[in-house]
Amino acid sequence: MTLTYEDVLGRYEPVFGLETHVELGTESKMFCGCSTRFGAEPNTQTCPVCLGLPGAMPAVNARAVEDTIKIGLALNCSIAPWCRFARKNYFYPDMPKNFQTSQYDEPLCVDGYLDVDVDGQNYRVGIERVHMEEDTGKNTHVGGATGRIHGAEYSLVDYNRAGIPLIEIVTRPVPGTGARAPEVARAYVTALRDILRTLGVSDVRMEQGSLRCDVNTSLSPVGSGAWGTRTETKNVNSLRSVERAVRSEMLRQAELLDAGERVRQETRHFSEVSGDTRPGRSKEEATDYRYFPEPDLVPVAPDPAWVEQIRAALPELPAARRARLRESLGVSAEDMVQMSNAGVVDLVGETVEAGAPVDEARNWWLGYLTQKANEREVDAADLGVAPGDVARLVALVADGTLSVALARQAVDAVLETGHDVDAVVAERGLRKVSDTSALERAADEAIAADPDAADKVRGGKAAAVGALVGAVMKATRGQADAAAVKQILLDKLGGGV
Amino acid sequence: MTELTALTAAGTAASIAAGDVSAVEVAQAHLDRIEAVDGRVHAFLHIDAEGALRAARDVDARRAAGQALGPLAGVPLAMKDVVVTQGLPTTAGSKILEGWLPPYDATISARVKAAGLVMLGKTNMDEFAMGSSTENSAYGPTHNPWDLSKIPGGSGGGSAAALAAYEAPLAIGTDTGGSIRQPAAVTGTVGAKPTYGGVSRYGLIALASSLDQAGPCARTVLDAALLHEVIGGHDPCDSTSIAQPVPPVVAAARRGANGDLKGVRVGVVRELAGGGDAAAYGGGGGYQAGVLASFDAAVHTLRELGAEVVEVGCPHFEYALAAYYLILPSECSSNLARFDSVRYGMRVGDDGTRSLEEVMSLTREAGFGPEVKRRIIIGTYALSSGYYDAYYGQAQKVRTLIARDFAAAFERADVLVSPTSPFVAFGIGERIEDPMAMYVNDLCTLPASLAGTPAISVPCGLSDGLPVGLQVMAPALADDRCYRVAAAFEAATEQFRPPAGVLA
Repeated sequence: MTLTYEDVLGRYEPVFGLETHVELGTESKMFCGCSTRFGAEPNTQTCPVCLGLPGAMPAVNARAVEDTIKIGLALNCSIAPWCRFARKNYFYPDMPKNFQTSQYDEPLCVDGYLDVDVDGQNYRVGIERVHMEEDTGKNTHVGGATGRIHGAEYSLVDYNRAGIPLIEIVTRPVPGTGARAPEVARAYVTALRDILRTLGVSDVRMEQGSLRCDVNTSLSPVGSGAWGTRTETKNVNSLRSVERAVRSEMLRQAELLDAGERVRQETRHFSEVSGDTRPGRSKEEATDYRYFPEPDLVPVAPDPAWVEQIRAALPELPAARRARLRESLGVSAEDMVQMSNAGVVDLVGETVEAGAPVDEARNWWLGYLTQKANEREVDAADLGVAPGDVARLVALVADGTLSVALARQAVDAVLETGHDVDAVVAERGLRKVSDTSALERAADEAIAADPDAADKVRGGKAAAVGALVGAVMKATRGQADAAAVKQILLDKLGGGV
Repeated sequence: MTELTALTAAGTAASIAAGDVSAVEVAQAHLDRIEAVDGRVHAFLHIDAEGALRAARDVDARRAAGQALGPLAGVPLAMKDVVVTQGLPTTAGSKILEGWLPPYDATISARVKAAGLVMLGKTNMDEFAMGSSTENSAYGPTHNPWDLSKIPGGSGGGSAAALAAYEAPLAIGTDTGGSIRQPAAVTGTVGAKPTYGGVSRYGLIALASSLDQAGPCARTVLDAALLHEVIGGHDPCDSTSIAQPVPPVVAAARRGANGDLKGVRVGVVRELAGGGDAAAYGGGGGYQAGVLASFDAAVHTLRELGAEVVEVGCPHFEYALAAYYLILPSECSSNLARFDSVRYGMRVGDDGTRSLEEVMSLTREAGFGPEVKRRIIIGTYALSSGYYDAYYGQAQKVRTLIARDFAAAFERADVLVSPTSPFVAFGIGERIEDPMAMYVNDLCTLPASLAGTPAISVPCGLSDGLPVGLQVMAPALADDRCYRVAAAFEAATEQFRPPAGVLA
C-alpha cells in the first residue's frame, strides 16, 4: 500500500515546527578570543577556554549578544531585560567541558513571529525563542562502514569549531497550513536566511553548516483537535530538503497511523540521497541534561537604551524592501509571486537600481539567469552574476554593442572566469557584427554551401531559413545579430513575407 | 629555622629593598627549611627550587639596575595546587591530573609573578578541594606543625602548614566553604576569604564556581593584606570578577595595628557562638569547650580595644550546611565532568578493545578518590530532572535567606565575629570514615561562603595546646573592615602566633 500525498491530506492535518541553528559570523568565539575562520588546520584555533582546560573560564562575546538582539528584533521578539546561560550536561568527546554552555529557560529573545509568503498567501510563523549557545567540536570517525562512532577504529576531534557562537531560533508549532506545510516550512527557512543575510550576522551557508535545521513534524486526524506525536528530523541541510523532509515525514506517519500503529517520539535523520528519514536516537532513552544556571557567567542584562539603539540601526528588512520594490518597480502581484518563488526579487530591484529597465531586469533574472542557476543547482543569488553585471548587459544590448545571444555568451563567460562584463566582452572580443557587407558576404557563402535549403526557402518554406541562419552565425562566431541575418537571407532568397 | 625564615613578608621585602639581604638568599633559606622539615610536614606536592631561584635572581637584578620593586618583591610564596601554573605540575591533589603540565597561568599566578614574588612550589590539599583535613589528598596527608599527629585543616592544609612550619611567609589558598579560614584557625595562621569576585578565579580549578574564591594566607594580618592587594582586582577573563578597586586592606591593617577599635560595632552571631546546635549534625561535632572559652576571651579583648559588642541573630544560618552540601556537589558534578581522559591527564583501559565510554568510566573510577565520587554522585542526583527544584533550587533560596540575615545583622554591626571552627585540630584518621563529622568543620565558615561576603581568620588562643581561630566577617566589598579588626586583635594577642621553635 502506497499512500499519495492527497490521501494523507484527506485524513490528516500536519503541524510542523523548526529549530534552526545559525553560526554567527563574529570574528571571535562565543566565550574566548579564538578566531572563527572556517577551514583552518585542525586544532589551530583553540585556547584554554575552548579546550575546557582545568581552571579556564568563559567570558561572553558582546558582539554575539548584539547580533542575537538584532535577530530577535528582526523577528519581532521581545528582548529579555535579564537572562542567563545554563549548562547542558552530557558526556561527548566533541564537548571539551562535557557540558554545553547554552541558554535554557531564560532565552535572550522571546515571543516573535515571521510572516512568510507562499504563492501570494501570507502565513505567520510564531517564534518562541532565540537563544545563544556554543558550537561543539567536530568528530571524524575513522574506519568502519558508517562513519558513525560505532564500529569506528578511532576518532579524531577538531576543536576549531568548539565555542563558535550559535544561535538557535525555535518556532512555535505551525498548524493550519494543510497541503502547503512543506512549502511553508521551506519559505520560512528561506525568509529567515534572507533576514540573517540582510542583518549581516552570518554567512548562512547551509552547505557549510552555518545554517542547520531540525524539522519537527506531527499529524493529527482531521477534526480531532489534538496534535499528534512529533518526530524531530535532523541533518536537513538545504532548502529543498526542508520541504522534502516535512513531506516524507507526513507520508511515513500517515502510513503508521492508517495501520493503527503509533508514531514514536524520536529523532530521525534525513537522507539527501533517498529523500526520506531514518530513525536516530530514541527520545525515550534520551539523556537527562541536568540543566542549571551557568555559575561562571554573570547574567546578560542588555540596557534598554542600547536595545533601542540597535533597533534604530537595523537595516531595511527583506519584507519591507520587497514591498517598497513592488511599489517602485510597479510590477503586478503575479509577477511579484513569480519573482519571489524564483528568489530574484532583490536581484531585480538591485538591477533596476543599477540602471536597467524593470522589464529587462525581470526577463534576465527569470529567464536565462534562473536557467543557469538551476543547471548549477544554486540559488540565483549565489550564481556569481551581480545585478550590476546584468544592468551593464542590458545597456550593451540597448546600444547595439551586443545581441541578446552575445549577451548570454557574456554571462557564460562571467560564470566561467569570475570577471565582470566589460572584462569578458573585451577578452572574448564579443561585439555584434554590424558591417552589412560582411554579413551579405557570409549569407552568399551560406546559400552557396547549402543549395537545398536555399531552394526550399525560395519555394516558400520560410522555416528552412534556420539552417542558413545557423551557418551564418557559425561563420561570424555568433557575433552577428540573428534577426538581421535572417532578414538578409530572406531578402536574397525572396522567400520573405 | 633561620632568621630569614622567621621574618614576616613585610619585613623580608623591606630587607631586600634595603639591600640587607638578597632575594636569592631568602629563597635559598626557605628551600633549605623545606628540605629540612617537609619530609615530616608534607606541605608541598611539588617544589620548584630552580624556578624560585631564577625568580629571586631576577628580583636582585632588577634591584641592582635601580628599577622600582613592588611591596612584596622577592618574598617567597607557596601556591595551592588547585591554582594553574604554566609549566609546573598542577594536580589539585588528584591522581586524575598526575603529570599534567598546564600551558597557561591562572590570573593570580601571573599577578604574583609580575609582582616579583618567588614561588617555591605547589602545596598539598584535599582532592579538588573537597575536605577539611587534607586527608583526601591522593598524595597523602599533610601534618600539622603544632603536632604532627594532627590534621592541618583543609582543603588548604598544605598552604597553612607551610606557613606554620616557617617554610614560607606567604601562601595562596582557595576557599569554597572554609578552605582558607579553617586551616588558618587550626594552624595558628591568618587566612582571608575575599568578597566573592574580589580576586579572579581564572585558572582556579573549579570546585563550586559560585562559591570558590582565592585569597591570601600568611602569619600576620598585614602580610595577608599585602598579598591580597597583589592578587585582587578586576579580571576580564573572569566574568564574575568585580569591576571595582581592591578595598584598601593594607591601609586598614596598618590602622588596625594601633589597637584602637573605638566606635566599631562588633556583632556576636548567636547561632555561631555555641548557641546553635552543632551536635545536631551528628558525629559528636559540638563546639569544644576550649574553643568557646577562647572565643569568649577574644570578644572580651575586642571590647577592651574599644569595640561596642552586640549580639545578633541569624536564624537561617542553621540551614547553611544543608544548602552548601547541595549547591557544592551540584556544581562540582558539572565542573569535574571535563576530567574524562580525552584531552589531558590520566587515561585508563585504552587498549584498543574498549569503547570511549568504558575508557572514560575506568579513568574516572581509578582517578577520583571516594570523597570526590561521593560529591559527584550527590550532585548528579540533585540536578536530575524532577529533583532540581527540591534540592538545588531550594538550596539557592536558602542562600538568599542567609544573605538577608547578613544584611539585617550588618544594620546593627560593622563586623560579625564567631569561632572559625567548632574544634581544634583533630587526629589524622579520626574523622575520615565519617563524612558528616568532617562536614561540621565548616559550620562557622559556610554562611559567608554562601553569601559571598568577606571573612578572615586570625589566631585567638590555644585549647589543649592547639590553636583556635577567630573569624571576622564583613559586608561585601568591605574586606578592609575584616583586616582592621583582625589587625587590632592581633596586635593585642601576639602570643598566639606559631612559635618560631616549631620543628626546630
